[in-house]
Parts: sequence; C-alpha cells; structure tokens
Amino acid sequence: MAASEDSNESKIRTVFGSVLSLFILILIGVLAFSIRLFSVIKYESVIHEFDPYFNYRVTQFLTKNGIYDFWNWFDDRTWYPLGRVIGGTVYPGLTLTAGSIWWLLNSLNIPLSVETVCVFTAPIFSANAAWATYLLTKEVKGTGAGLTAAALLAMVPSYISRSVAGSYDNEAVAIFALIFTFYLYIKTLNTGSLFYATLNAITYFYMVCSWGGYTFIINLIPMHVLLCIVTGRYSSRLYIAYAPLVVLGTLLAALVPVVGFNAVMTSEHFASFLVFIIIHVVALVYYIKGILSPKMFKVAVTLVVSVGLVVCCAVVAVLIALVASSPTKGWSGRSLSLLDPTYASKYIPIIASVSEHQPPTWPSYFMDINVLAFLVPAGIVACFLPLSDASSFVVLYIVTSVYFSGVMVRLMLVLAPAACILSGIALSEAFDVLTRSIKFQLPGLSENSQIDAGDTTSSSVVTQNDAAKTNKNEDTLKERPSRKTRKKEKEHVEKTSIKSQIKKRLLVLPLEASIAAIFLLVLLGAFYVVHCVWAAAEAYSAPSIVLTSHSHDGLHVFDDFREAYAWLRHNTEVDDKVASWWDYGYQTTAMANRTVIVDNNTWNNTHIATVGTAMSSPEKAAWEIFNSLDVKYVLVVFGGLVGYPSDDINKFLWMVRIGGGVFPHIREPDYLRDGQYRIDSQATPTMLNCLMYKLSYFRFVETDGKGFDRVRRTEIGKKYFKLTHFEEVFTTHHWMVRIYKLKPPKNRIRVKTKKSKSKASSTTSSKRSGKRKKNPWQ
Amino acid sequence: MGFRFDLFIVLIAILSVPVLSDLILSKVERRIDLTSQVVRITSTLKVENSGNDPVSEVLLAFPEHQEKNLAYLTASFREGKGKGKGSTSSLPVEVVRPQGMPPALVFYSVSLPKGLGKGESLTLDVLVVFTHSLKPFPKEITQADFQLVVFQDSGHYLSPYEVKFQSLSVKLPDARIESYTRLENTKTVGSEIKYGPYENHPPFSYSPIVVHFEQNQPFAVAEQLVREIEISHWGNVQVTEHYKLIHAGAQSKGEFSRLDYQARPHVRGASAFRHLVAKLPPRAHSVYFRDDIGNISTSHLWGDLKKTELEIEPRYPMFGGWRTSFFIGYGLPLQDFLFESGGKRFLNITFGCPMNEVVIDNLIVKVVLPEGSRDISVSAPFAVKQWQETKLSHLDIVGRPVAVLEKTNVVPEHNQHFQVYYKFNNISLLREPLMLISGFFFLFVTCIVFMHVDMSISKSSASYVMKLLWEEIQAAIQQVHDIISRCLSIHDKLEASLRDLSRTGDVQACKAARKASDGQLKELSKELRPLLAFLQSSPQAAQILPKVEELVAKERELQEKLMLKHTTVADSYEKKSGGKEIENRIASQQQKIVALRQEVDDLLDYIDEI
Repeated sequence: MAASEDSNESKIRTVFGSVLSLFILILIGVLAFSIRLFSVIKYESVIHEFDPYFNYRVTQFLTKNGIYDFWNWFDDRTWYPLGRVIGGTVYPGLTLTAGSIWWLLNSLNIPLSVETVCVFTAPIFSANAAWATYLLTKEVKGTGAGLTAAALLAMVPSYISRSVAGSYDNEAVAIFALIFTFYLYIKTLNTGSLFYATLNAITYFYMVCSWGGYTFIINLIPMHVLLCIVTGRYSSRLYIAYAPLVVLGTLLAALVPVVGFNAVMTSEHFASFLVFIIIHVVALVYYIKGILSPKMFKVAVTLVVSVGLVVCCAVVAVLIALVASSPTKGWSGRSLSLLDPTYASKYIPIIASVSEHQPPTWPSYFMDINVLAFLVPAGIVACFLPLSDASSFVVLYIVTSVYFSGVMVRLMLVLAPAACILSGIALSEAFDVLTRSIKFQLPGLSENSQIDAGDTTSSSVVTQNDAAKTNKNEDTLKERPSRKTRKKEKEHVEKTSIKSQIKKRLLVLPLEASIAAIFLLVLLGAFYVVHCVWAAAEAYSAPSIVLTSHSHDGLHVFDDFREAYAWLRHNTEVDDKVASWWDYGYQTTAMANRTVIVDNNTWNNTHIATVGTAMSSPEKAAWEIFNSLDVKYVLVVFGGLVGYPSDDINKFLWMVRIGGGVFPHIREPDYLRDGQYRIDSQATPTMLNCLMYKLSYFRFVETDGKGFDRVRRTEIGKKYFKLTHFEEVFTTHHWMVRIYKLKPPKNRIRVKTKKSKSKASSTTSSKRSGKRKKNPWQ
Repeated sequence: MGFRFDLFIVLIAILSVPVLSDLILSKVERRIDLTSQVVRITSTLKVENSGNDPVSEVLLAFPEHQEKNLAYLTASFREGKGKGKGSTSSLPVEVVRPQGMPPALVFYSVSLPKGLGKGESLTLDVLVVFTHSLKPFPKEITQADFQLVVFQDSGHYLSPYEVKFQSLSVKLPDARIESYTRLENTKTVGSEIKYGPYENHPPFSYSPIVVHFEQNQPFAVAEQLVREIEISHWGNVQVTEHYKLIHAGAQSKGEFSRLDYQARPHVRGASAFRHLVAKLPPRAHSVYFRDDIGNISTSHLWGDLKKTELEIEPRYPMFGGWRTSFFIGYGLPLQDFLFESGGKRFLNITFGCPMNEVVIDNLIVKVVLPEGSRDISVSAPFAVKQWQETKLSHLDIVGRPVAVLEKTNVVPEHNQHFQVYYKFNNISLLREPLMLISGFFFLFVTCIVFMHVDMSISKSSASYVMKLLWEEIQAAIQQVHDIISRCLSIHDKLEASLRDLSRTGDVQACKAARKASDGQLKELSKELRPLLAFLQSSPQAAQILPKVEELVAKERELQEKLMLKHTTVADSYEKKSGGKEIENRIASQQQKIVALRQEVDDLLDYIDEI
C-alpha cells in the first residue's frame, strides 16, 4: 500500500517536473529569440553587415530558381571577368535551411518575404541551440545543469553577436548543428544505440553543409575517442559512437560540393581516420583478450606489437612523405593559422587583414562571455567529480576551444557554448551543494514530521541510516519544499539522496556561508543577465549598414550606404562594373545589383591585389587598370566628414600590402613616412598622389576651408587638386560613399602631343607593351 | 522647329475642310496653366445654334500629337447666361470619328442634356489636362543649369466651328521666360502671357504658338504605380503603393557634386526635387516608407482630423533622368471606407495616388477582398481596364478575389472615389480563427496519441519480447530494492528502540519493538521469495542476479547481527549491567554491523543505478 502510494506520488512528481522543465525550456527558447530582436526594434528588419548580404542573395536565387539551378549557379556578377561558381563554393546549409523555411511557409500560404525569413533565421536557430545545449548538458550532468546551461547560452553575448535578427550568417545555424552533433555523440556514447549514431552522422552532415568549422568536430571527437582509449575507457559504446560517424559522416560530407574530396584528402580530416584505425586495433585487442587466456594473450601481444610497429612505421612514413610533398602540408591557410597563430600575418595578408581573424584581447573575453570566464574552472572541477565519458568530452571541448578562441576572435563563438555548458554545470552543482547545506541545517522541525518519517515516508527515495535524528528530519523536509522549489534542484535531490549520507554530510557547509554564497551567485547571475541585455541592445544590435548617432538635437541616422547602393541600382546600366575594395563586394551585388570586381569571398588573391594596386597607383595608372577590367564606376568609402572610422583610408595600408604582395612595384614604405601612416602635409608624395587619396578627398577642402579629417584628426596634406581621369557622379548625404565614373579615353592625338608619352602611344601595340609594366592585369 | 512646320501642314489640311454644322462659338476664353508639369487648359465656350435643326452634341477637336498626352477631359454645362451661379453638371464625353474630317485630328463629342434649339445658346466649361506636354529644351542640362521647357499650342482655338470672339491667357511659373511666339495683340502681364482678343475666325484656324520658359517644378513621373488595397473585415483597410519614379525633366549630365548641392541647393540643383508630400486619408496609421533594400528613414508624418500628411524623401535628390523605386503603406479604419447597401457591401476609396503633382503613366489598382466574397462588381467614374485575379495570403485555402483596375496617364484630377461591390457572409470571418484552433487541437491530439500508442512494428519480435521481459525484471529488482530498504528502516527502528532503552531503561518496550520488527521482517522475507525465484528463472537477469543475491544475503546477515546485538543489549539491561560493559560486549558486533550496513548501502546504490 504504502509503496504503491509512494510510487504514485513520485510519478506525479516526475510528471510535474518534466512539465515544469518543458515550460522552462519554452521560456528559454522565447528568451533566446526575443533578446535577439533588439536590432529589429531599434533599427529595422534588415540584413546586417557584409556576408549576410551574400547569403541573402543566394537564398533569393534559391527560392526563385530552385535547388538544381542553385547547384549549377555560375555567378557572373562578381569577380568580373572570372565569375564564381556559387553552387560549388558555398556552404549550402544556411541557405537551404532558410529556403526550406520559406518554401514551407509559402506552401502553407503564409506569404513572408525571403528577407523576413532570412532576418529571423538566426534567432530561431539560437533557440534551437539553447535546447540542444540543454540536451547535451543533461547527458553530461543531469537536468538541472542542462537547464542552467541552456539559459546561459540563450543570452551569451558572444553568440548574440553572430545571431541577432538580421545577422544571416553561417554561424547562426552552425552553432546549433555543432552542439547538436556533440549531444548526439554523447548520447550515443551513453546509450550505445546505433540509432543515435546514425542521427549523429546526419547532424554532422548538416554541420558540414553549414560551416567550415565542421573540422573542429571531426578533430575533437577523435581526440576524445583517443583520450578514452588511452585512459582505459574503451567500450563497445565508444566504438558505436565513433565508427559509424567516421564512415557515414565522411561519405555524407563528400556529398557537399564545397567539401567533396577534401573530406578524405586534406590533413584536417586525417586525425579522424588515424583514430578510426586505432579504435579498430583496440577493439580487436579487447576481443582477442576475451577469447585467449592471459598467458597466450601476452605472447600474442609481443608478436603483434613487433609486426605492427614495422607496418605502422611504414604507413606513417608514406603519409608524412605525401603530406610533406604539398606546399601547405595539406592544410588550408585558415587552419594553418589556427595551429600557428603567426602564420597568417607572415604569409597571407588577406586573412590577416580581416579584423575577426585577429587574436582577441582580454577585454573581449570579458565582453563576450562575461562571468562565465570565472565559472568555467569550477565547471571543469565539477566535471571531474566523477569523471565520466561525457564529462571528459566537455572538458576536452573547453580546453581546445579556449585555445582556438585565443587565436582568432571569430572562434570565440565556439568557446561560448563550451563555457555555457561548464558554467551551467558549475552553477547547478554549486546551488545543489548550497541549498542542500541549508536544508540540512534548517532548525525548528516539528515532532510530527519525525514520527511520520519513520512510518509513512517512502523507502524507495529516502534511505535511513544510523545518522542522527536530524538527518531523518532532513529527509522528510526534503520532500516537502522541493515540490515547490524549482525542478532543477529536485531532480538532483532525488538522485543524490540515494547516495550515502555520510558523503553528503562531508559536503555540508555552514548555514550562513551557504546563504551568503547563494546570494552572491544570484548576484553574479543577475550581473550576467544585465550585461547580456546591454550587449544585445547596445553593442551588437547595429546592422552596420545604418549608423546612428545621438546628438543634442536627437537621433541622427546615417543611411549613406544604402543611399549609394540605391543610386547605383536605379541610375546605372545593368551591366556596369563597379570597382571597390572587397569589403563592399557582397553589398554591392546584393543591394545595388551591379557587377563587382572583387568581393568578400577572397578566393583569388591576385584579383584583389589588382584592385589594391589600382587604388594605390596614381590616377593614370589606376585608370588604365580599371579600364582594362572594364570598370565603369569606382566606389570609395570615406568617413572623414562625419568621423566614420572604418573607411577606406584606414584600410588603405592593407590594399598596399595585398597589392604589393603580388605586384612588387607597390612598396609599403613608399606610403609611410618614417614608418608612420599619415595623410597630412607630412605624408609621402606617393601617398598624396595615389588614387585612394584623391578619390576620398576630392573637393573635401571646400567643405570647411581647411580640409580637416575627423577620423584621422588632422588637416589633409594635399588640398586642391583636380581629377583628370575620373569624374564624381555621386556622393552621399554625409559623404560616406563617393562614386566616381571613369572618363572615356581621351583623343589619342592629344596624348601624342604630350612629350613623355609620345613614343609609347604612337601605336596601339607598342602602347600595350609599354603599359605592361604598370598594368598588372594584362 | 520641324515640329512647327508639321503643324502648318496640318493646318493647311484642316483649312480645306468644310464647316461641319451650324453651331457657332460666340465666345471662347482659354486659360492655359503651365505652373506645374501637368498642363491644364480651361476653356469656357459659349455655344450658339445658328442653324435650324436642334443640335445635341458639341465636338471638341484636338491635334493627334496633343491628344495622345491627353489625360483627363471633362465638360460641364452651365445654364443661363453670363457668369451666374447656375448649377453645373458634367456631361458625358466620348471619342467620335465624324465623316469627312481631317485625319490628324481627334474629336470628342460632348452630349448635351437636351437639344440646342435654333438661336439658343449655352455655356460649356471644358477642362483638359495633358501630361508630358512640356518638353525640356535643352534636353540635357548640368547640375548648375536651370531647366527650360517648351510648350506648344495654337494661339487660336482649334474647333470645327466658327469662332466669333476668343482670347487666350497662358499662366507661367514665376520665373524667367526665355521666349514666346508673338502674335498680334500679345502682351505679358507678370508671369502671364495674353493673346487676343481675336474675332471671327473660321473653323479649324490654327496658329502655332511656342512658349519657352524656366520651369523648376518637380517633374515626378511614376512610370508604374501599383496600389494594393486589402480589406480585412477585422477592421482594417491596408493600402500598399509601389512606385517606380523618374524625374522626367531635362536629363542631368556631367558631374554631380554633393558639395555644390549642399552649399547652394537652390542654384546647383534647382531642377532636382528632394521630397514629395502624400496626402493620406485621416486616421491613417502604421505608415511605412521602404524600398527593396530596407526602410528609408527620411520621412515625416503629421496629421489632424481632416487629413494625414506624409512627407517622403527618396534616398537621394532626384535629378533629371534619375530613377528610384519605393513603396509606402498605411492602414485605414474599415468603417471609413466600407459601407453596406442593399445586402451588398461596397468599398468607397480614391482611385489615384495620394501625391499631388505626380503623373502616373500606368496605374494598377488591386482591391483584395476577403476570402469568400462573391458577386464582385466595380463602378468607376471613368473608363478603366478591369479584370479579376486571386491572391493567396495568410491562411487562405481558395484564395482571395482581387479586382484589378488599370489606367494609363493618370493625373491628380483622377483622384476620385470608386466603388467595389461584393457580397460577404459574416460567418466566413470566423473561419480562419477556427482553422487555427482546430489545427492546434489536432496537433495536441496527435501528440497525445503518439505518446500513448505503442509504435513498435512487431509485437512478437525477439527484441520486443526481450524489452518487455527486461522491463519486468527491472520492476522486480525495484521491488527487491524497496523491500530491502524497508528492512533497513526496520533495522533503524530497532536501533532507535535500543537508544530508547539506554535512555529510559524500559526493557519491555524494547522487547515489544523487537517482536514487531521480527514479524515485519519475516513478512518481508516472504515477499522477497517469489521475486528472487522469478529473477532466478529468467535468463536475462543472470547478470544482476549475483548482486541481488549478494544483497539479500548481506541483508540477512546484517539482520542476524542486529538481532544478536539487540538480544545482547536487551539481556544486559535485564541483567542491569553497566553501560561500559554493554558497550564492550557489543563493540565487535557494532563494527560488523556498520561494515555490513555500508556494503548493503553500496549494493543498493549499484542496483538502483540499473
């Protein structure tokens, strides 16, 4: 009787608990979604920044032309005259996801525009990522930790920075895929179910579709497998978790056009195959160990090891020879710069020039993960108490991601989920210990409950022992308030209450200390929430194509980029080519719908160097380069009038460097005075005569009579000059974007009269040969 | 000026045509308004019948080249003579092709309400509106230039009738007049040029005049405007207007310098226009102004009880030949626009665009009616092309009927109300909410069913049976666990009774407790037996069985030890031994008990984890 009642009660409790945690999860999803809507509320529902515009354009193409045309899409509006095979060079996960959402909604007659779907894809997937974090952490440390981690992830600033509404980038979807892949891996590891292993391979496929960061998974999981083997934790579950993933995952990954045979041919994937071999060897060894007697086994080991060593050495030698024969050792530039942080700045200026590829500073850690940075060590400690397969995986994950985040700011994003998981574990364990301590010591229990304790309380949940009476009281007490308190603690209490209470008593802290600690933890959490909301509202909500400033007479909006793009879109010919620095390539193709020379997909260094060279050359040489590229308009971004710091003059040194990397006649020292980059009267003549300077400062002096540049905080060097080969056709309201048109070539007769050029320009053929030196394009 | 030469040929051709009827225009006053890009000609005609037969129609003639730009023509008729306040009423006008007329002319016939008898006269007011009639000359100007335009018309009223007395005045904007044709009796008064009066001109007299003047009014032309008016019976009329706008004045050439434009906008950029004002109906709400790439932040909205004014500024100033496209949208309260009459509902809303001074080359008005509307009919005050479409929108199944009206060459004069009649059943209003409710209901039902239905494919498969068996074993183990725990709690009670004994010295109570415990323990061990038998019989439990058996054995051992201890202590108390002595005696037992207890706890933990 008592037992059945009791089981009923506990059943109700579990049902109530699961409903409560479901409710909490829904709230976490709502939180994750809504905290990312600041950008829509403060600004507008618009795609942000640079790369998202490309993804948006691809999605538009996909929804308009269908999946088959998408795979075969050759984009002739970018990288003119080379073009770009979009279908084969893009990670299709994000666009396919948004495209299917759009398709689904439209087939249900909900006519949302593609743009709206794209804008809200990232917040939706953040909610998904929070739920995936819950699942992963639950597998590692139980529901309480799971809920805490999910709540933390829902608002971690690092992730918000990449997934605010409108930030339609690969990472938005990929982080969800990453966490979910890890979850399924852990789930397989805990259950040994082939079903989950297959699901794991499929999510891995989704991750490969979504982001180049999939290599992180395919290196981290083998590392963990290796760790398990080395620490003697090999089991059939481990085998089931790993082997299908490698086989199915690699096959599926090879289906993605952008990966293709890279899935088996680049060094990023070698680790997985190596571990795949190792795990088979280990499995074989365990099998043989099972069927042989210990003595025989020893003999076999010596035999196999001696033969195996020879074979292994041979294989390794061949591998090393193969890898060493390729110049980059089979690693892509970005991956190499991960292993050797100085690699990029030494060899690939294009990678180094991107700000998100720089190593982060300490404040950026505080900005991006805030108090989690302090909780992570506690979480690591909690993972070792006790160490399981799952918790060792989490520890490995945090360690590697901390390293990667130290190399590139961008990879802070990979660190964020790990930090959230570990902080969730830490917080949940801390609350667990502290609340238990308080419960153990709460005084003033009635005698009734004591007597009840003996008779009616359950035998299944509560264990009696020879401890003092108070302990017994604690057990009954535990039942009552826990029903009302949060689910998290209850789950834990139920689990832990089984354990020997002697252990528990050792963990009991003084009452006052526990209360103070709980208060401090809540304060810490509150601080984190405040910081996250601030970061979401202020720091990361700006779409970067619209700028605002608060002045004494209210809000001022700088919408110059779209002004320029709209002008290009409506007032130039459809086939005109627009040259600009590569940063603005994606936006120009997406918003202005005009052909660009280079864009943010920096696949062709030479082409970018050509544009860089043109920008750093004098007017005439630049005109020739642009003319040979069939360019009609040149677009420069200039912040000197309103003080917009990330303009082309500030990026100019990278143009010089990248240009000089391919065309040696552009030399960086020519643009620097005593190693200093300046544009005032002390600047070098090369600097003052280059195209970028002229296009930026053309007639700038007439605005205030002095030519004071508000970004560089100085008066410009050369104030009055005329353009001979370019003419201004449009400048935006705040002068942030200036568009120039190439003047048509002058009459040859007039050129002839100029004495210096008379020889070179007498015939077209000799002119070309004369030009060759200067014009790198031909 | 080859154009003018053509006109002369036309004129000669015209002059050779005989007089059409006996009507005489005894007085014609024309006023040409050139202050905006739209040319408005207001003519007051005094018509006299000099023949014998009553006449019921008056013909108006336009040269073909002018007629193709004709956007709007209305004739109204005034009873009585002079400028009295007689009632005016507009008359039906239609295109006619009378016999024997020169080919380069197009005729419109105004039907009079009643025949004009012999010697009778009446006054007609004719308003004609032309678009694209001001030609920029020169065609291309730089940013610094002013825009000059040319207007051509006839100095004499072109009519198939004899004109007795006529005069013409041309109103120009307050700016420079470059040149104008001088006929006899021409004079300028301020910005107005007056021709006439002239007397006694025969039918089809034509004397071309050309006015070349500065015109910096915005030449905003919407090449296409699509207005979508969507009715929701939940209380809203949503209007969305998509504009494709062009500055149709003189083309801008050469550089555009923002510096010059910002420093002296009225000189460098005089022909450009910066903003437009849309006069929206009162109580318009949720106004937005966007284009393909997002919101345009440069707009202002203010309103009062009579109107809402929206000043919109395109992304960039519009110079000659520059284009842009954008859309504005706003919601209107339903009760202001939707009425009911005779079992039918009708929407009564304006046709044209809310912006004055915008000429629309091609206007498409789409009225989206709620799903389930029937018997749709449109009544417009002028001729429009119309057809029907369907549109699929939120939660539609068959789609919403759309009445589409199309008209070319629309000027602000077309901004009149038109009506769309339809029938709609109020119950259809509830369909979509019900659909949603039932959708969610079925979703939850499916979830519940899914959670409660055993989805395994084959009930007899080995794995399924194994699973069932395994569940049974788990249940059995759970029961074993429960029983052992209860045993342990009884042990605790025994211990408690021993402590009571040491406190009170009541041996009898202690013994009673012992007896009760004994009984309970026996019962429990009875309960345990079938469970153990079951576990032993099932092969799957083989893995756990040793542990379970060990647990049971240990528990029994513990039980025995405890009993022994209990007996010892109770006996000692009966013998009234000293506390120390008792402790010494049971010390070894106590150690074993604690150790056993520990082992049992560990085993319990282990089993629980399974």
